[in-house]
Amino acid sequence: MSDYQYDNQTVKGFIVSSIFWGVVGIVIGLWISVQMWMPSLNFPPYFTFGRLRVVHTNGLAFGLGIGAIFGISYYIIMRLTKRPLLFPKLARFHLWFFNVAILLAALSLLAGMNQSNEYAELEWPLDIAVVILWVIFAVNVFGTIIKRKEEQMYISLWYILATTVAVAVLYIVNNLSIPAGWNKSYHLFAGVNSANVEWWYGHNAVGFIFTTPILAMFYYFLPKSTGLPIYSHRLSIIAFWSLVFAYLWTGAHHLVYTPLPDWIQTLGIAFTIFLIAPSWGSVVNGYYTVGNDWSKMQTNYLTKFFILGITFYGLQTVQGPTQGLRVVSQLIHFTDWVPGHVHMGTMGWVTMTAAASMYYIIPKIYNTSIYSEKIANIHFWLVLIGQLIFSITMWITGIMQGALWKATNPDGSLKYTFVEVVAKNYPFWKMRTLGGVIFTVGMLFFIYNIYMTMRKGKLELAEAKA
Amino acid sequence: MADALYKKPILFAIVAAVVILIGTAVTMFIPMLTPEMHPKLANLKPYTALQLAGKDIYQREGCNNCHTQTVRPLKTEVMRYGEYSKAGEFAYDRPFLWGSKRTGPDLARIGGKYPDQWHEIHFDNPQAMYAESNMPAYGWLKQNKLDPSDIEAHMKANDFPYTRDELAQLKDKTELDALIAYLQVIGTAVTKAK
Repeated sequence: MSDYQYDNQTVKGFIVSSIFWGVVGIVIGLWISVQMWMPSLNFPPYFTFGRLRVVHTNGLAFGLGIGAIFGISYYIIMRLTKRPLLFPKLARFHLWFFNVAILLAALSLLAGMNQSNEYAELEWPLDIAVVILWVIFAVNVFGTIIKRKEEQMYISLWYILATTVAVAVLYIVNNLSIPAGWNKSYHLFAGVNSANVEWWYGHNAVGFIFTTPILAMFYYFLPKSTGLPIYSHRLSIIAFWSLVFAYLWTGAHHLVYTPLPDWIQTLGIAFTIFLIAPSWGSVVNGYYTVGNDWSKMQTNYLTKFFILGITFYGLQTVQGPTQGLRVVSQLIHFTDWVPGHVHMGTMGWVTMTAAASMYYIIPKIYNTSIYSEKIANIHFWLVLIGQLIFSITMWITGIMQGALWKATNPDGSLKYTFVEVVAKNYPFWKMRTLGGVIFTVGMLFFIYNIYMTMRKGKLELAEAKA
Repeated sequence: MADALYKKPILFAIVAAVVILIGTAVTMFIPMLTPEMHPKLANLKPYTALQLAGKDIYQREGCNNCHTQTVRPLKTEVMRYGEYSKAGEFAYDRPFLWGSKRTGPDLARIGGKYPDQWHEIHFDNPQAMYAESNMPAYGWLKQNKLDPSDIEAHMKANDFPYTRDELAQLKDKTELDALIAYLQVIGTAVTKAK
């Protein structure tokens, strides 16, 4: 078929690893969701909410998210450059180093080594490990693309290149710190300035880990699985450049009404509103692509994953700018609305799109077909329902919290003490756990399907040889 | 020309980097160079060794996952927590600990709000004080003694002044003492000024 071999083992290794860390992260997520309404499930010192929550967020962002991004990006790059990775052994080392780093990351966070910057909690030795991981990735990304056999770079490659550059800048700058021993450091930046640097990083971690590389997957696998070409190349160009331009201005919408200078907040809010346009550029492009033949939603089981994924991306990118507005922020900031928002993105958009990409890749690598489309459909509905229960419950409780915190008696005094508001949250927090359980069961169907597809591929290969 | 961009990965990456750095420069790098981003209240003091040890424990236990430390200038928020937060209160916080979620109440004005003993009882068993609280117990911090040599390294890294005596006294203190000492100083640079 071709005179070269793709590095399928490395791709597969990253996919399996990311699924493994995904399970760890999701199970811890369930655990901490129960801790919210059953504090007796805290087991100090290692397993309290304060330590487990960062294992949950880091495990899923770095373990599941970045692991999937590494593996799936390698897969996409090889296909779009029509050649194997330039440094296959380096990529294999990358895989092992990744798993060691994530393991150490999880253990160090359980041990309480925590820089206290959200999504940048890892202490400085592990920050260095993450930078090395990223450099290794960048070497293969750039090397392979430079030595490509296909002249034009497809949209997905733009997003991967932008991700590679942006994450490097973001991660290094925000993790600059003053070491005080091997397991402790202090941010190079202090106070208000530290807040500004952190949320410049924090919001763009969302932008360049949960958005651009996932869009790279979307733009590659949607046409691949449906056989429909992307609706508009020009729209994808406009959406790409305006997205990567605007994202970096928006971090301060996390700091509305804090002591950060007002002008930075206002600029952040304004660019956040602007960001709806490029985000919806990709949403519209996705819809119109499948719009050429909506019957694909029924005939091709992957189409609905991508279309629902991009739909949640679209909802997220309207919800986010809305909650950035001062009038909305004053009500819902610091409430459960915020985790509700994040989880629609991670459970609805990121996981849905990454899982569909894996459904596409694994049968290709094993030269077989998916084990069961029926199980994939069950997986789809369960994660969809679980995520919706989660997000909607958190929106309701978030608005309720905000309103109760503000509620006053006729004489102007506060109507509720803090703990009275906590008490009113319990039914919603329990509902959130239920949503999480349904989502987790859906993910178990996914993992079973992937595992059985691999087994089927191996058996077929053995039969062919015999 | 424009078409060439999509055929040259290095050029593409450079252009992307420039596009990314514009917003970064305007909202992050340039403000950092102005005094506006480095305010300090006149009576804000660096943390003592015991307070810093407490702040380290606050960070280690991830308290900032459930407690914010910034009071917004909104009427009901000031009524609930106290004076709204000022930019100059956080000059010694590396990083800032404003947080992003209030599963528990804001702590920006917790300093001096309750006596030390209140905190000891509350940490020991939050549910005994507030039956419907979901806070984990932290009484176990009493069992851990402080390590003065670690804390000295941390004071040096922050460039905070300290004395030998101050460090020597730490070895009789527990992690819970340190955490409470930290809580009692949070936000007091503003309340003292009043």
